[in-house]
Amino acid sequence: MNPKISFRNVTRSFGSLLALDRLNLDIADGEFVTVVGPSGCGKSTALNVAAGLVPTSSGQVLVDGAPVIGPGPDRGVIFQQYALFPWLTVRQNVEFGLRLKALPAKERRSIVQRCIALVGLTDFADALPKTLSGGMKQRCAIARAYAVDPKVLLMDEPFGALDALTRVNMQDQLLLTWSGDRRTVLFITHDVDEAVYLANRVVVMAARPGRLQEVIPVDLPYPRTEAIRLSAEFTAIRNHVWRAVYHQGEAH
Amino acid sequence: MLVDKGGSPRSQARWSIPLLNLLGFAICFAVWWLVTSLHLISLPTPLQVGEKAIELIRSGQLPSDVLASIRRVLIGFALGVVLAVPVGFLVGWYRVARGLIEPPLQFLRMIPPLAIIPLAIVTLGIDEIPKIFVIFLASFLATVVATYQGVITVDATLINAARVLGAKDFTIFIRVLIPASIPFIFVGVRIGMGSAWATLVASELIAAQSGLGFRMQQAQLFYDLPTIFVCLFAIGFIGLIMDRVILAIERKQTAWQERA
Repeated sequence: MNPKISFRNVTRSFGSLLALDRLNLDIADGEFVTVVGPSGCGKSTALNVAAGLVPTSSGQVLVDGAPVIGPGPDRGVIFQQYALFPWLTVRQNVEFGLRLKALPAKERRSIVQRCIALVGLTDFADALPKTLSGGMKQRCAIARAYAVDPKVLLMDEPFGALDALTRVNMQDQLLLTWSGDRRTVLFITHDVDEAVYLANRVVVMAARPGRLQEVIPVDLPYPRTEAIRLSAEFTAIRNHVWRAVYHQGEAH
Repeated sequence: MLVDKGGSPRSQARWSIPLLNLLGFAICFAVWWLVTSLHLISLPTPLQVGEKAIELIRSGQLPSDVLASIRRVLIGFALGVVLAVPVGFLVGWYRVARGLIEPPLQFLRMIPPLAIIPLAIVTLGIDEIPKIFVIFLASFLATVVATYQGVITVDATLINAARVLGAKDFTIFIRVLIPASIPFIFVGVRIGMGSAWATLVASELIAAQSGLGFRMQQAQLFYDLPTIFVCLFAIGFIGLIMDRVILAIERKQTAWQERA
């Protein structure tokens, strides 16, 4: 089967800095792939290239076989800083992408309703972002991305600004949503536990230059539960990823 | 103006702020009354100014001066803002426009509108047009700079968020750039209104037949200090009201902002 997202020799330099050096990575349809690595490893650059927000210096990214040439609604992006439009309510934020498509108003409203319900914000549909907590803001951003029905979701440290408890809740909710439709996810994080808990595969990257270090499969069943999080198998994989991230260049 | 939950220390502060505001005015007034009635300085007392104000209102002179001045300020200010907002967006959004327009704009900004008056008289004559032009220039320059500063500081993540949802340049301009810049535009509009008032008196030096600035000029010739005071108070008072009106509209339009 063809990969859903395919990085082919993707290189990106900013001036003399080589942010990403010949990244090759295939992500299968329905896969949940997390990327973890030290700062400067190019993980966010890789996501921005896939999103079409940053052009490559050489190489290309294919989504569903088509080369990425700019941003588009086929790839939903979730930003760490939520990036909600603060002058719009939750409902209007979720509706933003839909209004760019020629959809009948009735259909649009029902999609918005469904996406808001999906993230549990129905009671806050008419609230402005400033009245929401960080976790609720990010749920709203997720609903906004889902509303335009993207082929893939690109998530750039989406839970990085949240407190530890909220983060665990968000992880469980995200997995619940994901198991409903198995949409392909590329998820950037700096949190090793989060990377292992969510993923089918963890991609570890290294810095200077930003490059792929190791791909570690996570052979744990879904749905992931607290029991799995506390299991010896989880710990073993977590330790493996930890060493790959924090002891790069040393022999394992 | 503070949207806060009841019971916080802030809501207690809100209670006393208007009271403190009034007290501040009362203290100024008391000091004025004291120094003038003790003849520490030779200025009119509050009573003399009050009598003069009533006299000027009864004769209809003050209302007609106020109307003439307000008319000039509002026309000049409105024209200035209407032109400044699109130019500010143009300069903020398009690099080419910024390169072309910003240097002459910054240059113009360094010339006080007062210094334009001789030129305005020679080229535009002595009727309403040069007065309105000078006020227009003052409010335009203040508003345009604030608007363009606002546009260039719009969070790039918001623009990216719109782009990944499928928005193109025009949509981003209308639905992201404009709303995100509104708070900055209002700052510019308020500064512009201040500049317009500040320029008013100077503009009314240009052979005016009415207006608060003109009236003060006349009063100066006759050493009529109470009239000068009445006009000064009128300018301050009307300026304050206009500023509060803009502030109220701003609060309503930017209620979505997270305030610290």
